[in-house]
Amino acid sequence: MEILSFLAKFGIYAVMLAILIFALGVVTLRNLFHCALCLAAALIGTAGIYVALQADYLAAVQILLYVGGVITLVIFAIMLTEHLAGKTVRQNNSQSPLAIVGSLGFIILIGTLIVKTPWPVNPVALKAKASVLELGQALMGTYVFPFEIISIVLIAALIGTVVIAKKDPQ
Amino acid sequence: MNFIPLSHILIFSLLLFAIGIYGTLVRRNIIGILISIELMINAANINLIAFSKYTSLAPETGQVFALFVIALEATAAAVGLAIVLALYRVRKTILTDEVHLLKW
Repeated sequence: MEILSFLAKFGIYAVMLAILIFALGVVTLRNLFHCALCLAAALIGTAGIYVALQADYLAAVQILLYVGGVITLVIFAIMLTEHLAGKTVRQNNSQSPLAIVGSLGFIILIGTLIVKTPWPVNPVALKAKASVLELGQALMGTYVFPFEIISIVLIAALIGTVVIAKKDPQ
Repeated sequence: MNFIPLSHILIFSLLLFAIGIYGTLVRRNIIGILISIELMINAANINLIAFSKYTSLAPETGQVFALFVIALEATAAAVGLAIVLALYRVRKTILTDEVHLLKW
């Protein structure tokens, strides 16, 4: 059991490292199509993190909605505007050093905060496991109002997307 | 089952968020900016799940909010990409520094 738990922890850290590498690929690669594929890999890795945190349903939703839906949309958009995605076009503007300095400052600030804060880790909460049943009951009970609002927002976004993207009648 | 410390997950998602910020700042292509924003939202989602797992007595709370975030992010991506397509049809470019219609 010792070795098994050690291997599980090692696996989580390996997945985290892989996600960070793929995320770097998303923001640095020249070809936008490769960026989209790297994003898909990073999102699948995130689903692995969800499984490690015992959020199985979230992992399934992540793969279905992000990797199945959003990545498909992004690849569609890239292909419809394809000749810009070629290698000849410069993909980054000239603010890269400033952006690196800003990001590093952000990391140092928030990282210090994270390290210095005594997080109130609850041993009871660590043992509790949220099943899909409890998730559904929470969605239909406590959070039923935001749930309905989300459905209205989805319909509005669907109609709005069609209206924006369709051809002008003229 | 024992978990890795909470701060490790938080630092990991902080790094992911910072990478997203960097991408949002330096990309010229609007689709690249949208992809970077998705990375940032993903990092926020990891934080929600981790906090609900480690500190909350009702672990489903954070998961419900993460579900809402995922749904809203999907709508945002759909509308954003539709705007990108409409822009491309009118201006024949999706590079942010070439769209300067409102710039004097």
